[in-house]
Amino acid sequence: MVELVEIINVGLFAATLRMATPIAYGALGGIFSERAGVVNIGLEGMMLTGAFTGVVASQRSGSAWFGVLAAIAVGGLLGLLHGVITVRFAGNQIVSGTGINIFALGFTGYMSSAVWGSRGGSTGDVPGLSAISIPLLKDIPIIGGIIGEHTPLVYLMIIITVVSYIALFKTPFGLRIRAVGERPDAADTAGINVYKTKYLCVIISGMLAGLAGAFLSLGHLNLFAWGMTDGRGFIALAAMIFGKWMPFGALGASVMFGFADALQMRLQGLEELRILPPQIFIAIPYILTVAVLAGVVGRAIPPSNYKPYVKE
Amino acid sequence: MANLTELKRKVSLKVGGLLRRLLRELKASVPKAVPQIIAILLAFVVGAITLLLTGYSPLEAYGAMLTGAFGDTFGIGQTFTQATPIIFTALAFLFAYKCGLFNIGAEGQFLIGAFTAALVGISFGGLPFFIHIPLALIAGALGGAAWGFIPAVLKAQRGAHEVITTMMLSYVALYLTSYMVNYPFKAPGMVAQTVLIFPSAELPRILQPTQLSASIFLAVLLAVLTQYTLCRTTIGYEVRAIGLNPSAAESGGISIKKGMIMALTISGAIAGLGGAGEVLGTHRRFIESFSPGYGWDGLAVALVGGLHPVGILLASVLFGALRSGGMTMTRVTHVPYDIGSILQALVILFVAAPMLIRYLLKRGGIKWWNS
Repeated sequence: MVELVEIINVGLFAATLRMATPIAYGALGGIFSERAGVVNIGLEGMMLTGAFTGVVASQRSGSAWFGVLAAIAVGGLLGLLHGVITVRFAGNQIVSGTGINIFALGFTGYMSSAVWGSRGGSTGDVPGLSAISIPLLKDIPIIGGIIGEHTPLVYLMIIITVVSYIALFKTPFGLRIRAVGERPDAADTAGINVYKTKYLCVIISGMLAGLAGAFLSLGHLNLFAWGMTDGRGFIALAAMIFGKWMPFGALGASVMFGFADALQMRLQGLEELRILPPQIFIAIPYILTVAVLAGVVGRAIPPSNYKPYVKE
Repeated sequence: MANLTELKRKVSLKVGGLLRRLLRELKASVPKAVPQIIAILLAFVVGAITLLLTGYSPLEAYGAMLTGAFGDTFGIGQTFTQATPIIFTALAFLFAYKCGLFNIGAEGQFLIGAFTAALVGISFGGLPFFIHIPLALIAGALGGAAWGFIPAVLKAQRGAHEVITTMMLSYVALYLTSYMVNYPFKAPGMVAQTVLIFPSAELPRILQPTQLSASIFLAVLLAVLTQYTLCRTTIGYEVRAIGLNPSAAESGGISIKKGMIMALTISGAIAGLGGAGEVLGTHRRFIESFSPGYGWDGLAVALVGGLHPVGILLASVLFGALRSGGMTMTRVTHVPYDIGSILQALVILFVAAPMLIRYLLKRGGIKWWNS
């Protein structure tokens, strides 16, 4: 069992932070949308489309950062689409989100065939984001090994979490968002533009999901593979719920899911556990997600009733 | 003699009444189907734009699709073969939806049902077919029911969001069945699959050489049964009452928790039965991740079918055609197969917002019954 102890090391926790990053971006996206009263089941699809767009844009331009921006833009566009359907035309949010998820699977498969000649994913080199090391932080023992060297998107995730918290809970803008989610009629009476606020939040939600996708394809693997998000959009929603729709709570939950993911990957590679089939390990994060959702009973009170707001 | 004439008159009155009712219902459903039909048309228009932008000819692509799906007996057979599992998953989605639940994990229940049916199919050789087939079907239904029961209980007892749990359990089902056919139940050879089921468990193929099997009769029967259960039984009444207004249902003495568990479990059973039909009729074995996404197709078909079993039967043919015709289209025109998923997603997105369709019609100056 020596090896089992050996995998619990600095590398595991660094991987935890990496695996937590796309989930945290997604969860933050979920928070913005749901705080404004729109369920965004389409996070998964927005992530996948973002991952695809990032790789195409990065390959075509030769710049990974351009790829990241393109992924954010496309995520925002899909957010806008979700907004048009659910906000402007009061459509069913779950149906629209599911439509976006299926669209993403179809669109990325179709475009992969068109761009790379195979629906399976990208071929050829993809300019990816390289890791940066934070000078002083890097030299601290253990902690430096865990958080000292990552791609910039990992650090950006932490910054966005803080910014989201401040924006949502310490500014009039955030108060407006939460008012729109909790009591759209009252918010309307108070002179807040309910539709505009909802649109904005759903677009932000999509942009964050696009960023999550860009991290997966440009900050983590440097390739696009069809269906590579593998349910992370849904896990992000679970992290959002577990974190009680609060940015730091969602970050904490994302780290937990990230740990499960990092651990299962290491367990898979362990010599002593080779006798066990990989499927058992791959399923761990999904089972954990179900268990977590079942465990938060009574504590998870949504910030909105998510009914489409129709002006009198 | 007088009695006989009286009887004849009564019967003809009754039949006439029934026919009139049917006609009336059909007539009433025409305007209801308008947004659905427009959604389909719009999806194909946007799909055509996508094709044009990527350098393909929409006419050629759609033409090849149509010929492939309906051009000859083989195509038609394949279309209905593809439509069959979709009917099951669509009915599964419908049943949970009527209770206000979104079962987006029909794919997982479908896979588990397929696997449990395969287990019975590869065991118990020597049973007569009239016992073996029902036994395997029941196993499939029970497998799917179990996979629906888990999120059902978690939803009712712990408030766990069924959209996320059913989705997550789909992944678990995918990996669980993958494990099963890669390890304990792997047939000799390279492919991850079980051995063939015993002939006594095979559902007959009804249109050789296509794979169309008697499973389609089961699907149609189940559509009728679903409608009957929803409209004429206590369970169905309770399920619909909860879906329409949970608090009113509870005041009326209906247990919401019990109803939800019932609805999602039955939903899972229906999907599982569909998986069983695929294994017993189409593939005759469980092949790793053999479903190309029938769970999602079902969701689309249920919505496009206006959340009604008859609509589902009609819409399933369209989506079966997208799959069978799509293969021909890719072979002939090299248009990527995934255009089918794009069309499917577009239909869902357009159906999601009836107000959008109404708005577009109004802008286009088209008058429509309800608006």
